[in-house]
Amino acid sequence: MATVPTPLRDIAKVVRSKNAGPFEITLDIVFKTKEDFEAVKQSGVITKELVSELYNVPTQAIITFGFFDLVNAVKITLPRPRPQGGIGETDMHAAQQHVPLQEIRVPWPAP
Amino acid sequence: MGLALKPHAITIDAGSTDSGPQKLGLGEMTCSREAYVKDIEVLLEGQHDAKVPLLISSAGGDGTNLHVDVFRDIIAEIAQRRGWRFKLAKIYSDIDKAHISRELRAGRIEPLGPVPPLEQGEIDAATVIVAQIGAEPFNKALDESEGIDVIVSGRSYDPSPTAAMAIRAGFDPALAWHMGKIMECGALCAEPVGRTVMGWLRHDHFEIEPLNPAERCTTASVAAHTLYEKTHPFLLAGPGGTLDLSNCKYEQVTDRRVRVSGSRFEPSKHYTVKLEGAKTSGYRSIFIAGARDPIFIGQIDEILARVMAGTRAYFKEVPEEAYRIIPHLYGKNGVMGDLEPVKTPAHELCIIVEVAAATQGLATAICNKTRTSLMHAPYPGRIATAGNLASPFTPLEIPLGQACEFNVYHLMKVDSPTALFPIQVEEIA
Repeated sequence: MATVPTPLRDIAKVVRSKNAGPFEITLDIVFKTKEDFEAVKQSGVITKELVSELYNVPTQAIITFGFFDLVNAVKITLPRPRPQGGIGETDMHAAQQHVPLQEIRVPWPAP
Repeated sequence: MGLALKPHAITIDAGSTDSGPQKLGLGEMTCSREAYVKDIEVLLEGQHDAKVPLLISSAGGDGTNLHVDVFRDIIAEIAQRRGWRFKLAKIYSDIDKAHISRELRAGRIEPLGPVPPLEQGEIDAATVIVAQIGAEPFNKALDESEGIDVIVSGRSYDPSPTAAMAIRAGFDPALAWHMGKIMECGALCAEPVGRTVMGWLRHDHFEIEPLNPAERCTTASVAAHTLYEKTHPFLLAGPGGTLDLSNCKYEQVTDRRVRVSGSRFEPSKHYTVKLEGAKTSGYRSIFIAGARDPIFIGQIDEILARVMAGTRAYFKEVPEEAYRIIPHLYGKNGVMGDLEPVKTPAHELCIIVEVAAATQGLATAICNKTRTSLMHAPYPGRIATAGNLASPFTPLEIPLGQACEFNVYHLMKVDSPTALFPIQVEEIA
C-alpha cells in the first residue's frame, strides 16, 4: 500500500506534555486504536535516539521510554531543563513542550 | 447528587506542586481564601447532610501547618455562620529541620529522581519543609477519636485520603491505592473529562463512574489515566510501597462505568516519605514590549546581545554573577527556548525581559536600563529611528517580588508512618 509521511498530530488521540513533579517532564502519545499503536510501534520511527535529539537530552538521562500495550501509548519521561517555576522558567506546567513529538512523521497509508 | 449514591466518605485533595514553588517558599496558597471558603462550604454541607467523614488533604496546596490552620479557620467560620457542629481532626506534616539534618547525616535521605543529593545548606535555606503523608495518619486520626466528621491534613500523597478509608475498612490496599489514584483527579479519567467521580470498592475489584451523566468512563480512558503527570504508566511509588498496574484488567460494566481488577501493591523495604521544600532566590522585575518592525525582528538576537552587554558595562560595580538578564522572545522561541524546532520568527514578537537580582530595587534598575537601551538601540538598516518597542503597560518595569525555587525533593526513611505527624482534634461549633 502507498504510504505518505504523516505527522503524529494527524494519527494520535493525545499528544501532550506535563510536569511529573517539579524536576521531571513527562510526554504521552496515546493512540485511537491498537492497530494505530502497533503500526507506529512497528515503523521504528519513535526511538530513544530521536527523543534525545528533539529534547537535547542524552539517551542515558531518559527516565522512562516505552510503548505500553495495555494503554496503546508511548510514554517518555525526561529530566526538566530547569527546576519548575524558578528564574528563567518558560512553562510552569510544562504543558506546551509536546509539539516536537506531534510533528514526528511516520509512514502512513495515503488518505 | 453524588451523595444520593450513599458514599462512605467524601475525599478531596487540594495539593499540587504544579503551580510553582512560591507556595512553599512564600506561604502562598493555590487559590484565594475566598475561593476556598466557597468550595469548603459546599463540602461541609455535604458532610452535614450525609454524615460521613470528609477528608481534605494538602491544605492550601502545599499542605504546610500554616495552611492547615487557615483551612481550620475557614471551617470554623462557616460552621459558626451556618450553625453547624463538626468534630475536626488536623494532621500536621511540617517536618522539623533538625530532624531532617539528623536523618541526612545518618544517610537516610536520598534524591527523588533527577535531583542533586540534599545538603545541609539547602535545608537551612528552605522556608519550610513538608512530608507527604500516607494513609496511616488519616486512619490513626479516625481510630483515636470516635466520630470524626472532618479531617484537614497537611501535605499528603494525593490518593491517601481515599485509600485510607478503604484500607481501614479491610480492603485490598492495592485496589484502595489504585482507586485513590484515579479519584484524586476527580473525573479526569472520564470522556469528556469532568469534575467529580464515584468509586465503588469491593473485595476483588473496584468500579468507577463519573457523576455527570454527560460523561462516561471507558476502559481506555480509565486505563490511560495513570499516564497523567506520572513518571511511569504502571509503576507508581508512594509512601510505604509501589503500586504496580501492569497486570490490571479493565472491563466496561455499563456504557459509563468501568470495573478494574488485578492491581498489585509491593510494600517497600523501608517506609519512606517524600520531602518537599522551596527557598527564595532573590527578586525579579520584568518588562513587556512588542516589536513589529521586520528589520528589527530579523536582527533581534544580535541587538539583544549588544544591549545586554551595554547593561552589564553600565552596572560594572555589581558582580556579573549577582544578577541575571533572561530574554523571553514570544513569536520566536518564548515557549520552548533552545528546543524550538521552528527557526523563523513571526511577524511580531512579544519581548519579556526577566531580571533577577538580590533586591527588588536592583532588579528594577537593571530592567529599566535594559528596556531603555533596547528601545533606542541602533542597528544596521534602521529606518524607524524614534523607538524599537511598543509598550502596552505601565509600570514599564514590573516588580514581581521574590522568586522561589524547589530545593528539597527527596525521600526520607521513617521508622513510623505516623510518628512525625501530630494530630489535633477539636470540636467546632
